[in-house]
Amino acid sequence: MARDAIRFWRQGQVVEVSGFHPRTTLLDYLRLQKRQVGTKEGCAEGDCGACTVALGRVREGSVHYEPVNACILLLGQIDGAELVTVEDLAAGGPLHPVQSAMVASHGSQCGFCTPGIVMSLFSLYYEGERPVTREAVNDALAGNLCRCTGYRPIVDAALEACGGQPSDAFSIDHPGRAQSLTALNDAQDVFIRHEKGFFAAPASEASLAALYAEHSDATLVAGCTDVGLWITKGMAELEKIIWLGRVAGLDRIEDNAEALTLGATVTHAQAFSTLAAIDPDLGEIMRRFGSTQVRASGTVGGNIANGSPIGDLAPALIALGAGLELRRGDETRTIPLENFFIAYRRQDRAPGEYVRRVTVPELKANEHFRAYKVSKRFDEDISAAMGAFKFTLGGRHIADARIAFGGMAGTPKRASETEQTLVGLSLDEPATWGEALAAIGRDYQPMDDHRASAAYRATVARNLLFKALSETASGQTRATRIVGQREALEAAE
Amino acid sequence: MKIDALTLASAGEVESLRHIRQPLPHDSGPKHVQGAAQYIDDIREPDGTLHIALGLTSKARGRLVSLDLSAVRTAPGVVAVLTAADIPAKNDISPAFGDDPLFVETQVDFLGQAVFAVVATERDSARRATRLAKMEIEAEAPSITVEDALARGETVLPDYAFGRGDAKAAIASSPCRLEGQFRIGGQEHFYLEGQVALAIPGEDGDVHVYSSTQHPTEVQHVVARVLGIPDAYVTCETRRMGGGFGGKESQATQWAVTAALAARVTGRPCKLRLDRDDDFVLTGKRHDFRCDWQVGIDGEGRIQGYEVEHLARCGYSADLSGGVVDRAMFHSDNAYWMPAVHVGSKRLKTNTVSNTAFRGFGGPQGMLAIEHVMDQIAWATGRDPLDVRYANFYTPGQNITPFGMEVEETDTLFGLVQTLERTSDYRARRAEIAAFNATSPIMKRGLALTPVKFGISFTLTQLNQAGALVHVYQDGSVHLNHGGTEMGQGLYIKVAQVVAEEFGIAMERVRITATTTAKVPNTSPTAASSGSDLNGMAARVAASAIKARMTAFAAEAYGVSEDQVEFRDDHVFVGNHSLPFTELAKKCVLARVSLSEAGHYKTPKITWDRATATGRPFFYFAYGAACSEVIVDTLTGENRLLRADILHDVGKSLNPAIDIGQIEGGFVQGMGWLTTEELVFGKDGRLLTHAPSTYKIPVASDVPADFRVALYPNANREETIYRSKAVGEPPIMLANSVFCALTDAVHSLDPTKPVPLDAPATPEAILRACEALRGRLLG
Repeated sequence: MARDAIRFWRQGQVVEVSGFHPRTTLLDYLRLQKRQVGTKEGCAEGDCGACTVALGRVREGSVHYEPVNACILLLGQIDGAELVTVEDLAAGGPLHPVQSAMVASHGSQCGFCTPGIVMSLFSLYYEGERPVTREAVNDALAGNLCRCTGYRPIVDAALEACGGQPSDAFSIDHPGRAQSLTALNDAQDVFIRHEKGFFAAPASEASLAALYAEHSDATLVAGCTDVGLWITKGMAELEKIIWLGRVAGLDRIEDNAEALTLGATVTHAQAFSTLAAIDPDLGEIMRRFGSTQVRASGTVGGNIANGSPIGDLAPALIALGAGLELRRGDETRTIPLENFFIAYRRQDRAPGEYVRRVTVPELKANEHFRAYKVSKRFDEDISAAMGAFKFTLGGRHIADARIAFGGMAGTPKRASETEQTLVGLSLDEPATWGEALAAIGRDYQPMDDHRASAAYRATVARNLLFKALSETASGQTRATRIVGQREALEAAE
Repeated sequence: MKIDALTLASAGEVESLRHIRQPLPHDSGPKHVQGAAQYIDDIREPDGTLHIALGLTSKARGRLVSLDLSAVRTAPGVVAVLTAADIPAKNDISPAFGDDPLFVETQVDFLGQAVFAVVATERDSARRATRLAKMEIEAEAPSITVEDALARGETVLPDYAFGRGDAKAAIASSPCRLEGQFRIGGQEHFYLEGQVALAIPGEDGDVHVYSSTQHPTEVQHVVARVLGIPDAYVTCETRRMGGGFGGKESQATQWAVTAALAARVTGRPCKLRLDRDDDFVLTGKRHDFRCDWQVGIDGEGRIQGYEVEHLARCGYSADLSGGVVDRAMFHSDNAYWMPAVHVGSKRLKTNTVSNTAFRGFGGPQGMLAIEHVMDQIAWATGRDPLDVRYANFYTPGQNITPFGMEVEETDTLFGLVQTLERTSDYRARRAEIAAFNATSPIMKRGLALTPVKFGISFTLTQLNQAGALVHVYQDGSVHLNHGGTEMGQGLYIKVAQVVAEEFGIAMERVRITATTTAKVPNTSPTAASSGSDLNGMAARVAASAIKARMTAFAAEAYGVSEDQVEFRDDHVFVGNHSLPFTELAKKCVLARVSLSEAGHYKTPKITWDRATATGRPFFYFAYGAACSEVIVDTLTGENRLLRADILHDVGKSLNPAIDIGQIEGGFVQGMGWLTTEELVFGKDGRLLTHAPSTYKIPVASDVPADFRVALYPNANREETIYRSKAVGEPPIMLANSVFCALTDAVHSLDPTKPVPLDAPATPEAILRACEALRGRLLG
């Protein structure tokens, strides 16, 4: 028997909500239904962070708080979590350490972004490594826009508040919280009927497969970081929504010596460290993927399934030779990831079929990986071009190459001619690279848009290939990169 | 991050001040961090409040030939649909020129122009219903670019020029002549709180409008104009904005008027909050410019003659473009003496949203153009760009601006730049960067030190006035109100500091209250950096009048002379007696002494005759300088600001913490304008960068890890409030140093060539410039 309400924890109480419209966002629930207006709407597309709230979930026995954008998160997605909003931190008592540091550092001017910034810092207060670094603060704030302060006082406040071990009302009460939250996470399917549709959160793959086979017109949602915009901006009339977040096993990460397998609902945040372990460049791509909020909600499977032509993760995984497993009813099939992307926003996915997991081969000793994200702004930006390269070396020669780009075509796409041209080239003879550099101009016919011109993308693609070859030849990146220098990333490990 | 802000600020003579010059935190800080500061969308809505969404044009230019709203009217939740036909009086929301309709009647001027408004029980219903309209527009080819407008010869206001001498002849006879076209992009304000208004109808046609506006008086006046009622029937109230930056100066009006009209038609409270994408599409931006320039120089790079034509893309209507482009002209000289000069301008009409005020109000564009010319001179002469700037600075005797005003503080300008040159270690770093670049083929570093001289006062002289209302209650608490609005800049705390200082009382006794046209009438917009100069003075006038009456009463009551009465430490010292301030307040009330006063202030000395281009448009100038160092990846154009050193002149600061906040925030906002913030319009006039996903303002990691900001110790020579200087806008232009540093880095690829780089210097623009210096095209 399915549960017909979601349950979450807030201010020490279990809250049950039922009968809501499936596409109700968490922000609308807070602001319009609860009239709790501390959480702000700045953009309604998950880009400015003014609506940031924290969700606490139990992982490995203790509660972890992650910041999420309430504007594009569905209310149903907070099932089983603890919800913390800006009103909850002081709750009439003394200010939370991140709040008092923000006041003392003059970290607010107009104050509209401030609740979201406070909540991002609240999460950093728990989750950040100690001592917290300026870089960690920048990463924690990449999804929070402030137009007044220039950020300096906010960064100072973060360094001040997150300097020591957490000691606040939330940390003191932790053990009880973990138990309460664990108790909320039953193995029941959630099914909330509403007029023409429903919000469903199946608890098992069997339930999911059956439900989706029956309602192949339903919208599958994992993190909702893209579907959320269909709702807030596209005003899509979504009536049937199946959230994958409670499906047991879909969030599994399996890591053996040969390959890494990521279940469809593994979030970018959860995948971060295992992907970074494959190669530092992959970790750097993940660090710059969306924002902390987007990585906390968005999933690897969702990023692939929705077929973004840029989708920073897809080109990187294609270059690594990843495979994709899909399931419909009881049938599963596995395809090379690049075959999944057929045309702009068209994927090889049958009605009722869903992305189950992706498998990424580990790099062998003679395989060298490089990936580059080029965008107008380093953090929280969609790439103008995203290039990933895997060179298999035989001595100082290229024995095999896999190259994939995002932003250069209607889908993430391999550079087939360039790959062939590269075979046999010597890393030590840059003068012989010209043919390969020319080939990449034939592999892609990029387009002009508001992010970049076709001419820029073409030049950048060629220059990134040159960069990848030079860096592979020298083993150095200091002279070729502004951010993500591998020497620094490797030293940090 | 290093901040030595207060070290320089605290220099100077000792003053016995309790609140002034203290780095007090923003008065709303504790509320901000708890989500307890109320913005308009947070006000608990009265029962039955309706919500508004707008129906927009899908073409940029043409005629509306048919409009079928029947499906809209019958959509779920819809209570009313408003068009131009529902306007009781004038369909005109313009600040001055009558060229901004509330709703399109027939002529369509830009893509996204409002045609109708849906009023519904929920915001979601209203938004969905707008999509059901059937609208037919006979479209014409729109003017989108400066060139389109030039070809059609369409302007929103007449051309204007001023200058001195025969610039053409001076340039022609100079040993070296340079010329070019320099493009400067616009900028979206991206205040975090989008445009919003809530209108509540009262009796007899009264309406109370809560508006996120920098200009409550204009909202009041335009609501009255459109509804056909006297101003006195309209009250506009603004407690705070979630950012303004000029974007809510004239362009908050439309939403407030729409809400008021809906409230009139339905008899119910009505709210209009724009979706962020609509906010981008429907509100004007910083003007983008093409600056056509010519300069004649001597062998040392000294300007002999300068000609510049500012071609400003104003959008479809005049809005504030007159003042904006004038201010660009007023800053065409920045800090430099021009013996012969001609500054021309065209206010071009394009079929795009009407561009408007944005922090700096045209000044940044005029100033960036001459800074670009300074770099061009340096490249042509082979001199260090800073030395070229020194060679051209205003000096005593060569200190008259192109508009005839004397630059009195040439020593401030010179001293400030020299100090920064030293504290930023400019010369040693210049050498170090040259050495780095010589051995780094891909990564190139660049350095630039640029000055700012910014004129303070509204150039429309009548706006340089302000009012304040102060009440002292019988318990000694003080009610403070003034015409300035709070958009985050800290105006309210600064003015409260002035009043608390005047009465010698603790800050906690001064209650800051929301700006409202019912308390202080006929106000100017909070703009032109003038907020604390004007309102601080007005509040002091009011407080000192009350204090004078309290003093007279106390002197008489205790039989001492008035000069023996002193207000300090929450007490009043009367000869040998002392009593708490609260007690004197009570005694005054019992003795029938008035403890309420409306203060008024107008800026002295300023005169400006635009027709003859003579006079003194500015009370004074504010100065600053910044030194920026960048690194550029010449394979991708990606770049990073590595270090910024700023020295800025705020006179003697009212509140150094607030002032530092304005300087840092302005610098970063300016950096965004000149680097990552790119507005892209399609050929059809559609704005393609309409949300933060596509329009990129700076984030935390864009701010340099090494950021050194200091205040230059320099009392204002003019009698401003506690000898402070305005600080809102000038710091934007400190970011010119970032742009110039980026061009410097690119220049190292081939020092024999000028750098063809326009603003904003996006990675693409930088890579294009790099390729040009390598003798190649992109692609």
